[in-house]
Amino acid sequence: MNLDSKIPEGPLAEKWEKHKFNVKLVNPANKRKYDVIIVGTGLAGASAAASLAELGYNVKAFTYHDSPRRAHSIAAQGGINAAKNYQNDGDSVFRLFYDTIKGGDYRSREANVYRLAQVSVNIIDQCVAQGVPFAREYGGLLANRSFGGAQVSRTFYARGQTGQQLLLGAYSALSRQIAYGKVKMYTRSEMLELVVVDGKARGIVTRNLITGEIETHAAHAVVLATGGYGNVFYLSTNAKYCNVTAPWRAHKKGAYFANPCFTQIHPTCIPVSGDYQSKLTLMSESLRNDGRVWVPKTKEMAERLRGGQIRVADIPEEERDYFLERKYPSFGNLVPRDVASRNAKQACDEGRGVGSTGLAVYLDFADAIKREGVDKVSQKYGNLFAMYEKITAENPYELPMRIYPAVHYTMGGLWVDYNLMTSIPGLYATGECNFSDHGANRLGASALMQGLADGYFVIPYTIGDYLAQMPPTPVTTQHAAFKEAEEAVHARTQKLLSIKGTRTPNEFHKALGHIMWDHCGMSRNAEGLQFAKQEIQKLRREFWSDLKLTGTNEELNQMLEIAGRVADFLELGELMVDDALNRKESCGGHFREEYQTPENEALRDDENFAYVAAWEWTGDNQPETLHKEELQFENVKLTQRSYK
Amino acid sequence: MAGNNPNAKPMNLTLKVWRQRNRNSEGKIVEYQVKDISPEMSFLEMLDVLNEDLLLKGDEPVAFDHDCREGICGSCDLFINGRAHGPEKGTTTCQLHMRKFSDGDTITIEPWRANAFPVNRDLSVDRSAFDRIIQAGGYISVNTGGVPDGNEIPIPKNIADKAFEAATCISCGACVAACKNASAMLFVSAKISQLALLPQGQVERKTRVENMVAQMDKEGFGACTNIGQCAAECPVGISLENIALMNREFISAKATSENLA
Repeated sequence: MNLDSKIPEGPLAEKWEKHKFNVKLVNPANKRKYDVIIVGTGLAGASAAASLAELGYNVKAFTYHDSPRRAHSIAAQGGINAAKNYQNDGDSVFRLFYDTIKGGDYRSREANVYRLAQVSVNIIDQCVAQGVPFAREYGGLLANRSFGGAQVSRTFYARGQTGQQLLLGAYSALSRQIAYGKVKMYTRSEMLELVVVDGKARGIVTRNLITGEIETHAAHAVVLATGGYGNVFYLSTNAKYCNVTAPWRAHKKGAYFANPCFTQIHPTCIPVSGDYQSKLTLMSESLRNDGRVWVPKTKEMAERLRGGQIRVADIPEEERDYFLERKYPSFGNLVPRDVASRNAKQACDEGRGVGSTGLAVYLDFADAIKREGVDKVSQKYGNLFAMYEKITAENPYELPMRIYPAVHYTMGGLWVDYNLMTSIPGLYATGECNFSDHGANRLGASALMQGLADGYFVIPYTIGDYLAQMPPTPVTTQHAAFKEAEEAVHARTQKLLSIKGTRTPNEFHKALGHIMWDHCGMSRNAEGLQFAKQEIQKLRREFWSDLKLTGTNEELNQMLEIAGRVADFLELGELMVDDALNRKESCGGHFREEYQTPENEALRDDENFAYVAAWEWTGDNQPETLHKEELQFENVKLTQRSYK
Repeated sequence: MAGNNPNAKPMNLTLKVWRQRNRNSEGKIVEYQVKDISPEMSFLEMLDVLNEDLLLKGDEPVAFDHDCREGICGSCDLFINGRAHGPEKGTTTCQLHMRKFSDGDTITIEPWRANAFPVNRDLSVDRSAFDRIIQAGGYISVNTGGVPDGNEIPIPKNIADKAFEAATCISCGACVAACKNASAMLFVSAKISQLALLPQGQVERKTRVENMVAQMDKEGFGACTNIGQCAAECPVGISLENIALMNREFISAKATSENLA
């Protein structure tokens, strides 16, 4: 299949307006004759479900949670970007576009990113109208703060829980449509298969997580808004349930998977404390506005600190290395996430890490507290400091926080065109689940922006263009493809339950996570990736011959759920490794050790790799086929990213 | 890898866990031993250890709800030693760490107990009643698009902050579990307050409180007798003031409203 990104003609700033005029419309009286399935009810899914229902479509929304309000969007702390220029500091749609393209290390599509920047301003208005309690100034107007990778203050926030407040806004809009009967909500339902009829997405197969019942659902179009796949690493800042199953099932039915190796490692997370660790906790990037990152200047000093011979307070100012401020004077502690993470790793690799494991750097608020006082600092970060203390039993008002990078976000995802349609007609992907807007690295406070942009302001237009091209006649689950997909789900579940081996799903997941983190994590090289590929294949064989489960399908069986997700991660992991091997350059979150500048910065190869790598499934244990979408840059000049 | 407190000694504990096959079956307390529990572990990581042990022995793991494990999604909901979310104030179960317990302790773990929250299995309960209360009116009726600029609705900072405080509710249901009447007043009042305080919420102010309270009663939650256990056990500190505000909103709506059929 030819990869057609369907980017509209014309000047960048006019593409979206023109496109909105050119797309076909569904007559208001006909909208009620079309059914749309939306899988996932986080920011991207709930906003799409509410907006499409408001337009008049019949929506069926699915989540594996007990309530749509629990999606992992809820955990986003720092904020949401918008090019409002309320601060009069030189922001504009073009600047947000430019920062996002540059922050993504020139591996995203200009047209998509520009549209994202354009609709960012509408998102804030929408959320305010819904009653989202954003932070405000004393004059009653909206407050902003700055975030990594930007030199303007364009981030809107609700203390340290912007994600929860935005999600509750979308959830309230969704709840209203559920009450009206325009959205039928299916909770504790996990999508386990996509149904394709005559080459078009036509429905899904789900498992009711309480009863185990396998159900089929038909619709004129299917939207996946199922989030990212960071949990392939086992330990990440993602919630425990986050998984790749829905998009991976779609991938195996023909949806291309784009740039899977583009993973974001977030610099400010609470370090690992033991083998029992089940997840990692993020400390918002907003902390870098006031916290200063440092390690001892020398390895010797760090060793004495780790050994408990000296305390933090014993290290004089001149023995501290504020390495981000030193290396990047103009951005300082606010360099993009990939740069901050890599530098923290480097400091620890040099033996200058802190904490008992040596795998941590300090994030120090002493200067901010001296400058602004405890009250002001507590107002800004109180809940984050409290969370840190709960987990570590250390008080960040007195001792600097210990932080270390952790997997946080995945820029890769299902390949989509400008309309957010995947390579399967009628199947859309929105939010973190698609690959489209963040290139090789996402800027802070841009995930919430993208999820809501896709759901509120993009898909309501573009899905109509597709639906208008088919007759408004009912669709049913009568086609043989539904029966086949349903049987495939039954067979797979029975297979998982019948292995009766000796190792738990979590053991396999942890083992996979170690392979991925060690060889396909913050830095990668060909040898390590080749090794990882073999290890993953081996682990996958062991999984299917030695998995242990108890219980049946016909009940709430949480280990069975985990096993199904781990099975998919075991396939995705290998594709990530293949993609990382293929991309013989360093860009954004993808750092190949073989390709770096003399100053250890990522070295891109625009001549050979300025493309989106879109992978096509060809069968079990077969190498996937690579399709390339060349990226055209007409409005920005590709330069070596510099934050000095 | 050692934690940040290398001197912390591992603990052995006795767990008394509620086991119940499904909504319609009878449940009972079953006793388990867990060994070598690090004080650095979270409570749910301790349950992970138990579940891995059970599975390896061929027993069925204990079902419990959780997800973000950072105190914000509101999924986790354990009744630990007779307290919603356990002994630490202002803390969800997932943020509770084992350093709050001692070697040799016996810990009783039960699900939320309320008629409106039927048990799915073991420690997992069905809290969809909360969703239905929100569906009854916990929103501002605006469609996507066509709204005014964000800064055209100025809101005094103290009002915005107060609305925010009410909006921090994570819908975990601890308020219901902690209440001897299984009342949902704190949950419902948090949403009522948030929207009643904000200028955007004024248009539907009366219908909202009437409809949400009606749905709350319909779901079978108990009445409020002003004990305040809900606010005492709320992991995010939702204030009792919200209940007072909701009562005022409700009476004023009832006295003047022509909204409900």
